[in-house]
Amino acid sequence: MTDQPETENPLRDALADSIASNEVILFMKGTPEQPMCGFSARTCAALTATETEFAAVDVLADPRIRQELSSLSNWPTIPQLFVRGELVGGADIVGQMYESGELAAVLGTAATAGGEALPETAEPGTTPPLQIENRLG
Amino acid sequence: MPTAAEVKARIESGIPGAQAEVTSDDNVHFSARVVASDFSGLSLVEQHRLVYAIFGEGELGGSIHALALTTESQ
Repeated sequence: MTDQPETENPLRDALADSIASNEVILFMKGTPEQPMCGFSARTCAALTATETEFAAVDVLADPRIRQELSSLSNWPTIPQLFVRGELVGGADIVGQMYESGELAAVLGTAATAGGEALPETAEPGTTPPLQIENRLG
Repeated sequence: MPTAAEVKARIESGIPGAQAEVTSDDNVHFSARVVASDFSGLSLVEQHRLVYAIFGEGELGGSIHALALTTESQ
């Protein structure tokens, strides 16, 4: 990455970018391999059970991520799951939607386009790894 | 540290007509089930936001370390 122009809030911009450019993205405590909180672990488990590929961001990497994310999403807690740019919810909602089958429906349409054509950029499996930590100055 | 009864009272006074069942083993981690007519027509995210909004900045994740939440419209 070359130097980026200074903006008022580069971290917030980076978060908004990552939400917009990843079809399924989970902000969590720890990593999917090693979750650091039961709520994050449960949310990962629900995503894994639906065989969804997702990008994950560890908010513990820097306390500012959580602060900016919550102010961006108007959601106070972690984890936060976004699908196609929309906040789906935290651990409770994701768990509830998993049990009702709604989660698979939401994620399934993400993968199969369920009748509506997806933009060509939204191919699953081409999600680049997130490098948000690297953008912290 | 808030008690489950205090959290219940805050939710019920924050959302008129709401009925909340709140439990806690340690007054730090809470579990709440909230039923309210105000929830009708709202998405789950919007329903949860209404409950979260009752608590002040820093309170969730602070004195209320965790609030497991289930919402239902009446």
